[in-house]
Amino acid sequence: MPKLTIDGIEIEVENGMTVLQACEEAGVEIPRFCYHERLSIAGNCRMCLVEIEKMPKLAASCAMPAGEGMVVHTRSDKVRRARNNVMEFQLINHPLDCPICDQGGECDLQDEAMAYGLGEGRFTEDKHAFEAKHMGPLIKTMMNRCIHCTRCVRFIAEIAGTEEMGATGRGGYTEIMTYLQSAITSELSGNVIDLCPVGALTSRPYAFSARPWELRKTESVDVMDAVGSNIRVDSRGAAVMRVMPRNHDDVNEEWLADRSRFIWDGLKSRRLDRPYVRKDGQLVEADWDEALALVAEKLKSTDGARIGAIAGDLCAAEEMFALKGLMAGLGAASLDCRQDGAALEPSAGRAGYLFNPGIAGIEEADALMLIGANPRRDAPVLNARIRKRWLRGGFEVGLIGENADLTYDTTHLGAGPDSLAALIDDENYAGQSEHPMVIVGADALARPDGAAVLALAAKFALKRGAIKPDWNGFAVLHNAASRVAGLDLGLTPGAGGQDAAAMVSGGVDVLYLLGADEIDMSGLGETFVIYQGSHGDAGAHRADVILPGAAYTEKDGIYVNTEGRAQSGRRAVMPPGEAREDWKIIRALSGALGAALPYDTLEELRAAMFQAAPVLAELDSVPQADAGAVQTLAGQGGSPSSEPFRGGANHYLVNPILRASKTMHDCVAASETEQEATGTDA
Amino acid sequence: MSVRRLHTEQPDSFAFTAENLTWAEGQIRKYPQGRKSSAVIPLLWRAQEQHGWLTEPAIRTVAEMLDMAPIRVLEVATFYTMYNLKPVGKHYVQVCGNISCMLRGSDELMQACEREIGPRDTINEDLDMSWTEVECAGACTNAPVVAIGDDYIEDLTGEKLAEIIGKIARGEAVKPGPQNGRHSSEPEGGATSLLNEEAIFEAWKAFSPKMPNEKAAEPELLADKHEELELIADAHDEPELLEDDHVEPVLLAEAPEGGADNLKLIKGVGPKLEGILHELGVYTFAQVAEWTPENVAWVDGRLKFKGRIARDGWIDQCKLLASGQETEFSKRTKKGDA
Amino acid sequence: MLSDQDRIFTNLYGFHDWRLEGALKRGVWDNTKALLARDQDGIIDEMKASGLRGRGGAGFPTGLKWSFMPKDPDADGRPNYLVVNADEGEPGTCKDREIMRHEPHRLIEGCLLAAYAMRAHAAYIYIRGEFIQERHHLEAAIAEAYEAGLIGKDSCGSGWAFDCYVHHGAGAYICGEETALIESLEGKKGMPRLKPPFPANSGLYGCPSTVNNVESIAVTGEILRRGGTWFAGLGRPNNTGTKIFGISGHVNKPCVVEEEMGVDLRELIETHCGGVRGGWDNLLAVIPGGSSVPCVPAEQCESLKMDFDGLLEVKSGLGTAAVIVMDKSTDIVRAIARLSAFYEHESCGQCTPCREGTGWMNRVMQRMATGSAHKHEIDMLLDVTKQVEGHTICALGDAAAWPIQGLVRHFRHVIEERIDEYTSNPADAPVAAE
Repeated sequence: MPKLTIDGIEIEVENGMTVLQACEEAGVEIPRFCYHERLSIAGNCRMCLVEIEKMPKLAASCAMPAGEGMVVHTRSDKVRRARNNVMEFQLINHPLDCPICDQGGECDLQDEAMAYGLGEGRFTEDKHAFEAKHMGPLIKTMMNRCIHCTRCVRFIAEIAGTEEMGATGRGGYTEIMTYLQSAITSELSGNVIDLCPVGALTSRPYAFSARPWELRKTESVDVMDAVGSNIRVDSRGAAVMRVMPRNHDDVNEEWLADRSRFIWDGLKSRRLDRPYVRKDGQLVEADWDEALALVAEKLKSTDGARIGAIAGDLCAAEEMFALKGLMAGLGAASLDCRQDGAALEPSAGRAGYLFNPGIAGIEEADALMLIGANPRRDAPVLNARIRKRWLRGGFEVGLIGENADLTYDTTHLGAGPDSLAALIDDENYAGQSEHPMVIVGADALARPDGAAVLALAAKFALKRGAIKPDWNGFAVLHNAASRVAGLDLGLTPGAGGQDAAAMVSGGVDVLYLLGADEIDMSGLGETFVIYQGSHGDAGAHRADVILPGAAYTEKDGIYVNTEGRAQSGRRAVMPPGEAREDWKIIRALSGALGAALPYDTLEELRAAMFQAAPVLAELDSVPQADAGAVQTLAGQGGSPSSEPFRGGANHYLVNPILRASKTMHDCVAASETEQEATGTDA
Repeated sequence: MSVRRLHTEQPDSFAFTAENLTWAEGQIRKYPQGRKSSAVIPLLWRAQEQHGWLTEPAIRTVAEMLDMAPIRVLEVATFYTMYNLKPVGKHYVQVCGNISCMLRGSDELMQACEREIGPRDTINEDLDMSWTEVECAGACTNAPVVAIGDDYIEDLTGEKLAEIIGKIARGEAVKPGPQNGRHSSEPEGGATSLLNEEAIFEAWKAFSPKMPNEKAAEPELLADKHEELELIADAHDEPELLEDDHVEPVLLAEAPEGGADNLKLIKGVGPKLEGILHELGVYTFAQVAEWTPENVAWVDGRLKFKGRIARDGWIDQCKLLASGQETEFSKRTKKGDA
Repeated sequence: MLSDQDRIFTNLYGFHDWRLEGALKRGVWDNTKALLARDQDGIIDEMKASGLRGRGGAGFPTGLKWSFMPKDPDADGRPNYLVVNADEGEPGTCKDREIMRHEPHRLIEGCLLAAYAMRAHAAYIYIRGEFIQERHHLEAAIAEAYEAGLIGKDSCGSGWAFDCYVHHGAGAYICGEETALIESLEGKKGMPRLKPPFPANSGLYGCPSTVNNVESIAVTGEILRRGGTWFAGLGRPNNTGTKIFGISGHVNKPCVVEEEMGVDLRELIETHCGGVRGGWDNLLAVIPGGSSVPCVPAEQCESLKMDFDGLLEVKSGLGTAAVIVMDKSTDIVRAIARLSAFYEHESCGQCTPCREGTGWMNRVMQRMATGSAHKHEIDMLLDVTKQVEGHTICALGDAAAWPIQGLVRHFRHVIEERIDEYTSNPADAPVAAE
């Protein structure tokens, strides 16, 4: 615990901290470009130079270990001049692009030049110029602006793990690029846009569309996967202009998956902005009264046993709670939040369907078994956390299922349940780790024998010692943002009720789809379908009545992530046209049915909801779930088939909003073909 | 320096010849396990030698062989300027333009290249030749120099270079190295040092190292000479004591537990004499310090050099040495000891 | 002046056979086994006693450097490595080349002895890519040494295992910097690392390593045979031993020669190089230690001791002892501008002051060379050199700055004259319309 003095402030810091980190602890700001606390130390921008007594030269504080008795000066004349100098050097080849550069207003170079630079530069030579480099549909490059901090290179190599970016050439002619200007394949690539301190790497879909000071910023939660990444929705007027990550050390750190980041153009297209009713086989615009009346009439005239509801992957807890209330009022027990058929249900206990160790808890694991799970596809930011743990060493990862490249070494132990069973029976399969983790994913659960597979996985987890008094390593990896809240709220078939698969194969006469589009509509036959959702996708296409709802950026809602952490999403903009907040639609429908649900405001709904499911009331916390659930699961038995765990669909297009996004389609195209550079950056 | 780019036209593929592949595998083995990437520079160089210039398929091939991401190999290929990312002539004349060569006429060489070959960095198709300017070639005392192929051609003039270019164009052999008659980097006209053959071929023998248990070279050769001289000189300086007055001093069967003292620290005692003293049973300063005149006579009688003990004052010296103090002589001797 | 008796590099010019047979005749490999029987720390002490300072330019005491290596590498399982810096890229320097092509066995024996002393079982010799024939000689000599059992599992029968490998570069001066060399050896771009940690702590492959210049290693055998005091008896304290000087440029007979440290510059040039071209009075300036040290004008060369301290006194440095002599015919501004171009070309690009600064300094210097500049830019340029100096990750930034500082310090008037000349003749032909 070295003690040192910084600008006269005495401070004691942890062993291994650098002088820069010590300065931050002491509240002393150190300007920097290349240093980033989540990346390796580069020490190349030289902006962080400080004066340390007894050292002949100024020291790069980002790299210098804090030593006992050091006396550091950050405001001396030498340091001031060094900062002026480095700033001058940074600017000599930098183009005067501020007026046309998207980074303007949120640019480290601007900010640090203002604070630490001289007012003028003395460079009068010609500046170096570099062509823009193609890196794919998401990242726009203006390489004249690059200050060669190499944050992007380090991020792609270390965090994303795909080693696609490099700095070629030498000296002042160094160029950051990908190999042969191919598109970056990493699903976390958009983070380099945040990391780039200047406007060299910017968001291509967002290019030239707004200035940061025009944007209203709303803190919210992402729903493109079940990680619950914290986001900031930047909007201008009625439009969401972009989505940025927010820091949450225990969930997404400061990263955001590409599909969560670049989704916003999908919010503008294929919107259901008014009710529709099918007349003579055609969907015709209607008004709310007409649509609700029609739905109410259908529901009233149908026996509860022949009514079903499926909640989709993007639903907030509130509308699912309302839907459950509605269905209860109708005496309908066929209710399901698992449109993919995942064999998860709340009866065994919450720990039976949660990512129990928690995302931050991954860093405490010392071994991992992936069972039918592809975290890279389903939860990129969580996958980055696994990679982070793997980089530290002493972390074996076994994989049963699709042998995908997950950006860390895995040992492929088999393709399906048979291999898992064999490992359970194998006496020699060592289990010497303190904190083993077992991740069960969608590939293992969304199949007819999913329940049996889950039981087997639970058994394996127990055998492996993943359940200990102080450690629960049994981790269910969800891929839908609504799933855990749905399970917490009990949106599974009641007594005598049918599950989603049964409902969509003619098991009900009236089917209420709450944003559920991932089901096979072909088996619906004559079923009367009511689709409530935000986008015109498979569900709306088949629907008999369309009730336009709100996307996640257009309503306040609570979402529970795969860890069981309830978080609150906030409305950033109003839903378009006649679309309404989803819980309100259901409430209105309940009124039209003459059986109004007992809440008129969001607060009242929430009060009722928290009573029904108290876990939802504690925001941003993960109460330790009773590990007995895992025991219960293990005891459930069943015999899984021998079918190998299959990989899933392209991760860019797994929900209606993603499918409505041109950017996402561009990503798919880029990943399928080798894109040639197009020359000028159009 | 300029941006480093791959050539716009690339062949479809690249594969090492069987011979080069074997060689490449040998290269990889020079480095520890798991450190294949160390071989990237030699392998890229061999690929360039094989093909004539470094192609993109070659970069990818080397990346695969070494389990490296292609971008990492591209970084290496673009960082190091000896890699020709575009075709160069079969004969590639690299003219050093740095300071020592500039002072000795590299301008002339470049003008000759322009005349004989053409503009720099452009292939003269007829001659299958191109030239470029490179940084310091590391042969500065033989400036100005050019590198062609694997050789340095040194001590050039513009005229000489033109001649050489002509020879190469005609397929004639060119002598590498200095073109002004000198052998390497000795002064022109003859070396001013290393003229002493004895210094080169004989002198080192005097410093031939010995194993630690061998007797090392005598630190005080003089001491030995001194003893030898005494053999002759020292005849009757001291009155000889009668045999009856000889008294055997305290003698030891072997060196005491703490080890023998270094008797050579006594002025007058060289290694030979020390050996004899050991044989007699004298190992320590303390022993000598105690000698009475009768003891001295006894020992004296057994040495070839009579009177030495008294004359050199062994006893006084040993009185000091035994108590751990130094004498002038012992100090000097210790310094000279290697 | 040195007598041949005290010269170490007896085949400096390659007049004699460089192979094993020839080397043996000149005393290389003479009972090396006995040297390997000495105590390792004793050898290090001997090197310290010799006063040998690194011959690669930095002049760090060699014995002291060796003493930083862990004495017991087995303790944490990380092997010690000797890395030999044969990247000789400093303009003016061509001495290691002679050692490698004419005395490879002396170098290899030195590697074995140094490795033994620092508890290393492997050495990597990093030779610049351009030295192809030198590499062939070195590789052939190593093969001979293996075959004769001089190195390998049981070097010279001493029981010490030692492997020697040749690795080469591909055209990057920066790889002469020790940590950049290590990066290059590991298969990456030659970009210097931040220090700390130092190579003795974490070097090649993260293992304790010592990087030494070729000459420093090659003199080891002779120091151990003749004794550190012999070496220390040449030169003067803090500047001991012999040194291979390389004198190039405007002397009548440029050459490489091994001389005593501290030899007088004029004596050196007149004894071995046939004097300055046009006589001593025709001297303009010398760069005494390779392009990275400031130039010394003729007035200060009258009695100049060619050693570390002697050159420090005139605000320059011994560097690699590559003496670049410039007579009065030299366009000194152009010469220094050429060096600025060199440094821009060789900057690795990692840190801001060097990457941007070498480009800036070069562009201004090129204009100074033609005179197309303003006089106030001279001080601006000087200022820029001070902005680069001391703020960079490695010494290339300093090396780029110093020649310009030397130029401005001693030859400002030449720059100003050039500017005046240009000002009065800005264009070759009239350009404004009638």
